[in-house]
Amino acid sequence: MKFRVYRYDPESDAAPYVEDYDVALESTDRMLLDALIRLKAVDDTFSFRRSCREGVCGSDAMNINGKNGLACITNLKELKEPVELRPLPGLPVIRDLIVDMSQFFKQYHSIKPYLVNDTPPPEKERLQSPEDRDELDGLYECILCACCSTACPSFWWNPDKFVGPAGLLQAYRFIADSRDHATSERLDNLEDPYRLFRCHTIMNCIDVCPKGLNPTKAIVKIRDSMVKRTV
Amino acid sequence: MSGLPVRKFDAIVIGAGGSGMRASLQLAEAGLSVAVLSKVFPTRSHTVAAQGGIGASLGNMAEDNWLWHMYDTIKGSDWLGDQDAIEYMCKMAPQVVYELEHFGMPFDRNADGTIYQRPFGGHMANFGEKPVQRACAAADRTGHAMLHTLYQRNVRARTQFFVEWMALDLVRDADGDVLGVTALEMETGEVMLLQAKATMLATGGAGRIFAASTNAFINTGDGLGMAARAGIPLEDMEFWQFHPTGVAGAGVLITEGVRGEGGILLNCNGERFMERYAPNAKDLASRDVVSRSMDQEIKEGRGCGPDKDYVLLKLDHLGPEVIMKRLPSIREIALKFANVDCIKEPIPVVPTIHYQMGGIPTNIHGQVVAPKNSEPNEVVHGLYAVGECACVSVHGANRLGTNSLLDLLVFGRAAGNFIVDQALKTKAHKTLPKDAGDRALARLARLDGAASGESVPVVANDIRKAMQAHCGVFRNQQLLDEGVRKITELEQRVQRIAIRDKSRTFNTARVEALELDNLIETAKATIVSAAARRESRGAQARSDYPDRDDTNFLKHTLWYRSGNRVEYKPVNLKPLSVEAFPPKARTY
Ligand SMILES: Cc1cc2nc3c(=O)[nH]c(=O)nc-3n(C[C@H](O)[C@H](O)[C@H](O)COP(=O)(O)OP(=O)(O)OC[C@H]3O[C@@H](n4cnc5c(N)ncnc54)[C@H](O)[C@@H]3O)c2cc1C
Ligand code: SF4
Ligand code: SF4
Ligand code: FES
Repeated sequence: MKFRVYRYDPESDAAPYVEDYDVALESTDRMLLDALIRLKAVDDTFSFRRSCREGVCGSDAMNINGKNGLACITNLKELKEPVELRPLPGLPVIRDLIVDMSQFFKQYHSIKPYLVNDTPPPEKERLQSPEDRDELDGLYECILCACCSTACPSFWWNPDKFVGPAGLLQAYRFIADSRDHATSERLDNLEDPYRLFRCHTIMNCIDVCPKGLNPTKAIVKIRDSMVKRTV
Repeated sequence: MSGLPVRKFDAIVIGAGGSGMRASLQLAEAGLSVAVLSKVFPTRSHTVAAQGGIGASLGNMAEDNWLWHMYDTIKGSDWLGDQDAIEYMCKMAPQVVYELEHFGMPFDRNADGTIYQRPFGGHMANFGEKPVQRACAAADRTGHAMLHTLYQRNVRARTQFFVEWMALDLVRDADGDVLGVTALEMETGEVMLLQAKATMLATGGAGRIFAASTNAFINTGDGLGMAARAGIPLEDMEFWQFHPTGVAGAGVLITEGVRGEGGILLNCNGERFMERYAPNAKDLASRDVVSRSMDQEIKEGRGCGPDKDYVLLKLDHLGPEVIMKRLPSIREIALKFANVDCIKEPIPVVPTIHYQMGGIPTNIHGQVVAPKNSEPNEVVHGLYAVGECACVSVHGANRLGTNSLLDLLVFGRAAGNFIVDQALKTKAHKTLPKDAGDRALARLARLDGAASGESVPVVANDIRKAMQAHCGVFRNQQLLDEGVRKITELEQRVQRIAIRDKSRTFNTARVEALELDNLIETAKATIVSAAARRESRGAQARSDYPDRDDTNFLKHTLWYRSGNRVEYKPVNLKPLSVEAFPPKARTY
């Protein structure tokens, strides 16, 4: 199978370049990650992240034939050859397909991604109705792969100021949690021309999320909550 | 002192999975300076893949009792578990689950607002009478929800993470005390010496020593390799759990929660064969029992598919609603990795390597212990171990499903608290020995110097193939002895590896080469311990010694790297406060 891969090692390369590979696959190779591992066995300098190989850890996000996705759950049969592989767009490249995710995590951390509830906890669990718990579905499953944020033009232009779809999805995950008491601080934290309002509902994020999550919907709900509290 | 840059901390935690982050939370909240190292961003640790649940006798669904949980765990362990540690874990279980809920864990809920609990293999009411719902679950993403919750709580506590730093070797001085660790920053290739008054190994499992495994690529047994090279024995390494339901051909796990929710296993005749092997618990018998039964069915020609080499997991009868609500990821996995829609069709499954019961020996405070001057459990000062890399031992010869996430929470927390109680702030750092960084530097220098040699992925795959062939579900002396010979040969080949990539920047080839040193130690420990234990107990099933032999083998194995030899130490059959559960026959 043919691959066109973005290569860059700052120690030896003046600039990034594209390298072509023809990789011999076995009949058991199903996913793109299987092929990348074959490729690495041939050329051990080819660098990428991976771990769980089942789409839950978020390590192997990359740009595959122009679209962000996870190599481990991208079926080889769905790919047009040569398969073009590039690092996630918009983040600094460390080497080959490995990007520096600091900016992405900084934005995640900026939304205070933890439950805030200062009332002393009961002896047992805090109760939550199944309906209230259902509000968290479609939110808590995020694996922080950054496919969405690095597909978002607003994030490319303002990665330091716009929280981005992944961060906003998580912001809403806590706003939506009936056990969290910091909704108004959370909204204050986002009420800013950039942090939330740079989203122009371009919807690239929904298109690429490998977990089928919908950051745009969460963003709209955060906006609704802001409107609601002003009236 | 090898000229390495040194950084000092009160405590270092190596590993940011569930166990490492539960421990670091206690340390950071107590105000200690703590560094948490991880090969991957914390939420990418393999705890994220856990699906089914966390065991705790909350009794939210029906009456339950921590003593029943204790009994099930001891019986599950085939009496090899230490009863003091098991009592401690089962008694603490409700508290650590409630704490996790208070941290924000999105557990599924019952109509009354309490945490939803599902049935799981080997969890029974009233000392083995009938199944009980004890597994606290967040859909089939319990590990993901737990790992993210713990990370979030650590963000709140301002824990300092060293992300994409690989620990290489422990630093041990002439007194045998552990003073820290050498580590490689992957992005820059820089090596550093991290010094601490307490060093904790929380490096997770080593399932990648087998060819077919539910484990992530990063599960290479680094903590085990580090401990072994530092002269610390490894306990009960022959006991590896085969999970009954890995997707055939892919290895990806299908949680036991599927059978908990009512899924059943079928052979090629459409027969629910577990009724024959475990008339009482059926498909929810202990994992070792179910895996052996499946293997037996396949061996006797009742497997499914063109090669009759798998069985079927049927769950369509649960209906789309239950599947979409309780098992949504399972449906995704089956679609992606088995090409079946489990709402309509059964999933092809085979027993697949999943979990190591053995590991670095510890006591219930997480302190690493090793024999010294005829005392079997002498503390190794400064060193702690928690989670799957540790052997405390609560799982004995076979772990009950949901007891690992529980183990991470209970002993991560206990070890954290124990370290906090040491008042480390008031203590000085010991002087580092002259040779502190030598071992790590020598390993790196050899890799840098080798111009040509064996390929890392080829040698790693050969180790996996040898382990799969010689240390599988059923074992016998001839097979094991042959396996020991093969692994010894492979050890020589590991010495001859070379990598082409010499860059300092994010050199993943170097990381994989360094991991190989840990894989081989783990493989040796496993197969040598298995060959020495001439009995069947829990996950070690020997066709030449089909019975449990309490007279000769009711004891823990200790494997030493030096001499590649095994010794034994007694099992602790004495609980902390309740009556002991003496060994008896184990039927489900
Ligand atoms: C698919 C699957 C499903 C499971 N489901 C369940 C379940 O439902 N219930 C249950 O109780 N158990 C379950 N288990 C078992 C359980 O998930 C694991 O035993 C447990 O999560 C291990 O946690 P840990 O903290 O020990 O290690 P891990 O979560 O594996 O973390 C290890 C950490 O160590 C770090 N590390 C490793 N080596 C180094 C090094 N050299 N330098 C620096 N850092 C290093 C890694 O980066 C990582 O952060 C499941 C296991 C699997 C594989
Ligand atoms: S919808 Fe908003 S967040 Fe999503 S890609 Fe578009 S601009 Fe970005
Ligand atoms: S929302 Fe989806 S795409 Fe974005 S980080 Fe989370 S899982 Fe990845
Ligand atoms: S390797 Fe974990 S998401 Fe792909």
